[in-house]
Amino acid sequence: MPAASAVVFDNVSLGFQERSVLDGVSFHLAQGETKALFGVAGSGKSLILKLTLGLIKPDAGRIWVLGEEVTALREQDLFELRRRIGMVFQESALFDSLSVHDNVAYRLLEEGKVGEGEMDRRVREALTFVELEHTMDMFPGELSGGMKRRVAIARAMINQPEVLLYDSPTGGLDPVTSTTIIELLVKQRDVYHSSSLLVTHRLQDAFTMASHYFDRSENQMRPLSPGHHGQISMSFLILRDGQVIFDGPAHDLAVSRDEYIREYIS
Amino acid sequence: MELISPSEFAKEKVLSVQEYCLLAARSVASLFTGFFTGFVFALQSANSLQRFGSLSFIGELVSLSMVRELGPVLTGLMVAGRNASGIASELGSMMVTEQIDAMRALGTDPLKKLIAPRIVATVFMLIFLTIISDLMGLFGGMVVARVLLGLDVREYWTSAWESLVRDDVIMGLLKPPIFGFIIATVGCFYGINSRGGTQGVGRATTQAVVAASVLILLTDAVVTRLLMLTFAGYR
Repeated sequence: MPAASAVVFDNVSLGFQERSVLDGVSFHLAQGETKALFGVAGSGKSLILKLTLGLIKPDAGRIWVLGEEVTALREQDLFELRRRIGMVFQESALFDSLSVHDNVAYRLLEEGKVGEGEMDRRVREALTFVELEHTMDMFPGELSGGMKRRVAIARAMINQPEVLLYDSPTGGLDPVTSTTIIELLVKQRDVYHSSSLLVTHRLQDAFTMASHYFDRSENQMRPLSPGHHGQISMSFLILRDGQVIFDGPAHDLAVSRDEYIREYIS
Repeated sequence: MELISPSEFAKEKVLSVQEYCLLAARSVASLFTGFFTGFVFALQSANSLQRFGSLSFIGELVSLSMVRELGPVLTGLMVAGRNASGIASELGSMMVTEQIDAMRALGTDPLKKLIAPRIVATVFMLIFLTIISDLMGLFGGMVVARVLLGLDVREYWTSAWESLVRDDVIMGLLKPPIFGFIIATVGCFYGINSRGGTQGVGRATTQAVVAASVLILLTDAVVTRLLMLTFAGYR
């Protein structure tokens, strides 16, 4: 596994009922890097996130996350590794029977290592980060789609994981809410410097992330001045027919001559 | 050994306690089943017993049938209908909305968090629900004996009580934990394996009830035969 890599996929293949979904996928995500995964529906983007977490096992190939070989670990051993990874699911996957507070505090409650006061402080901090501290006592059923995603982000980042996995965090949301979510991802990236894999259908979301930074003094996202875009550690990966057809920075994507890629980004 | 405070202990156990209470509350209907089973059984048997001049044996008949067979099986079937479906639909919904994946992603083992408490709760509570159901059945039989047949209540209870031997009670109480285990594991199995959205959850729920009911009846036949071979009094 390459040094300073957060995630490494080495020739990973996965299929369902004789249909190959991922066919020899290889890439690596560096520490502190954000990689946006693209591909048509059913191309296996979300599967890559689930494989990273060890929620499913590949048919072939090897996967390393934070130096541990996920494909060689037993389920019991994976729990320890998963504590260092945060994931935001496509439909938020908040626990219906728990309040927003308990959803966000879930990981801390399960670990049982922090006291009640410290837990409340961290939950409040995470919810303040996503600007939803007023929803603490509400239940997921009372929240809008965008609010659920923001709570899911707060839940994923409660213990400051080293790797964050976002599965279509802006899917099905209106443009204004989508921008709010992207601003949160930029904030998370620039404030906590975590590595992340972002699955999205919206190319503009990834380009926004590649061309903006979070201004902590003004608490908002700002565009990078021309010539500074290379300062953001952000790359793009495109899947087609189960294979990686592009893996590189925004600039390379923009000048790509591949017909499919040109059509995809147009 | 590390000592933990009562409040911490309570927090640890709260999940199981909640499961017990919910299961008991949801299963109150099975008690009515016990009552009406005893009631109808006494009613149906009375005619035949009367022809042989053995009406006084009605307490014994209701007692043995309820404790050895009808109580455990009917309570098991009622709880299967109520809880195998409940467990399958709850876990199925969690599965299709990725809540179980989220649980695993957050470092929790769903086997310990969701499945084990349900199995323990169902096995434990089904024993007590069966005992209560047996008593309700005997009470139903008593109502028929007293109100419709004009028999003496004391005579009914004496006959019911004296006819029971240790092996009958053991046979009647060995079955509920087995049935409880079947109900909970079948419900969990179909719930966890739900696929295909809400339609899949509906399918899993139906399959869980059917599978649990059939398995209870099948297991009852096998267990009854094995226990009869084990206990000398039945050979």
